[in-house]
Amino acid sequence: MRKVAIVGAGLSKFGERWDASFRDLIFEASSMALEDAKMEGSDLQAIYGGTMAPGRLIGQEHVGALIADQLGLTPIASTRVEAACASGSVALRNAYFAIASGMYDIVAVGGVEKMTEVSTEEVSFALGGAGDQEWELFLGATFPAIYALMAKRHMLDFGTTEEQMASVSVKNHKNASKNKFAQYQNEITIQDVMDSSPVASPLKLLDCSPITDGAAAVILCSEERARKFTDTPVQIIGSGQASDALALANRKSMTEIAATKEAARQALHQAKLTIKDVQVAEVHDCFSIAEILAIEDLGICKKGEGGKFTEDGHTALNSKISVNTSGGLKGCGHPVGATGVKQAVEIYWQLQGRANGRQVKGAEIGLTQNVGGSGATAVVNVYKRMD
Amino acid sequence: MKNAIPLIWRRIPERYALMGTVCENCKTEYFPKRMFCAKCRRKGRVVEKQMPDEGKIFSFSEVHVAPTGHESEAPYFLAIIELKNGVRLMSQIVDSEKEKIKFGSPVKMMFRKITEDDHDGTIAYGYKFKVV
Repeated sequence: MRKVAIVGAGLSKFGERWDASFRDLIFEASSMALEDAKMEGSDLQAIYGGTMAPGRLIGQEHVGALIADQLGLTPIASTRVEAACASGSVALRNAYFAIASGMYDIVAVGGVEKMTEVSTEEVSFALGGAGDQEWELFLGATFPAIYALMAKRHMLDFGTTEEQMASVSVKNHKNASKNKFAQYQNEITIQDVMDSSPVASPLKLLDCSPITDGAAAVILCSEERARKFTDTPVQIIGSGQASDALALANRKSMTEIAATKEAARQALHQAKLTIKDVQVAEVHDCFSIAEILAIEDLGICKKGEGGKFTEDGHTALNSKISVNTSGGLKGCGHPVGATGVKQAVEIYWQLQGRANGRQVKGAEIGLTQNVGGSGATAVVNVYKRMD
Repeated sequence: MKNAIPLIWRRIPERYALMGTVCENCKTEYFPKRMFCAKCRRKGRVVEKQMPDEGKIFSFSEVHVAPTGHESEAPYFLAIIELKNGVRLMSQIVDSEKEKIKFGSPVKMMFRKITEDDHDGTIAYGYKFKVV
């Protein structure tokens, strides 16, 4: 298998982008990534695009070809990938395979979601498709409610508190305040979270990631050609992916995301590293409890201690391990298909020392963890700067 | 999503009567029904089996922001129920005093309306649970 590196990255501004269409968002992110790599579009040999629900959100399917068309890159192969909120990471992994196998040398990876063209109810329904339509959503479940069921059980089993969960949102807003691409660049307090309106107990509005328009792009390249485009390529040194039951009730445990553990095991094994070697991680905080589960399942702290670990500040910028320096899904925003690719963009900037105002000192190894649905898909990737 | 009549019809045994499956080889029980046993695969022999209609609350949440089709019910309780045979399923908890909806509270299945499309549309029925 050949080595594969990221050589360029780009983002659109995340937020309620009434000014921008699905197509505009893709153009913003991908043109920035191509300029970053000082590359021509004609250098690209294939595209993998992660997007969850354009059919429901903008009435558009067949977006693989649409992306190639809009970027003026026809006739290259362009493939849409869907794995709910993990669509972006699964697209990235498939692009990685395509280069590692020797099939291509230079591939663009995009992630995009345009979510504000329909009502909040329609967005909820579209996102609900990440869970089990016949045995969860039909009965009145929402995504916040499914994560709330996990949170409630975590509180019972481990004594996790609502304030500890709130500390995830507070930290991520603080990081987002230093990220010009973020949807929310304002800091919030524990009290703000506690006072926000109830969504599904114990989760409140400020425990939940928002509805966001946005796109992200990275350019992947074989190691041999990577230095043509940047002095500091960032190599993907490990990649793991795992699946689990779609419905929460059918999983063995409700206080862990087993797919995260398995994906992390694969990725760290391939990288010949342990989680202790990682200085900066982007994890899937679609709800505050999800970041607590993520840091436990990745082994950053022990099972059950994620709430206290966060409350004690160990995941803040430049502490034991810097988690969600971009602001995460909560602060930066969560355009679902874009999120996995945005995580890779943030790690790329961090490992190149380009994360202005939120740079992790001495960042050598980075990790991303991206979850689809309530844990039916998880992807973990590990990255290292090639010096 | 509008209730598809064939889907409602296909799911009647499961949604009305908690019909699941059991593998006669390893005795693992499944709800909803599975076409084969994931543990035994080809060695398994899966047959229908009705699940117990009693269990206890494994986790629960009070849903304030309801999805389309459930707005009039909000706030309502959603729970993971662990049935007496250990199988878990998701259900609403209804007809129960709020104070009694707790971890481990014993619950029993009720037959209830789940959703209706609109005034002239299809009504879908199924299970909800109440604290006993």
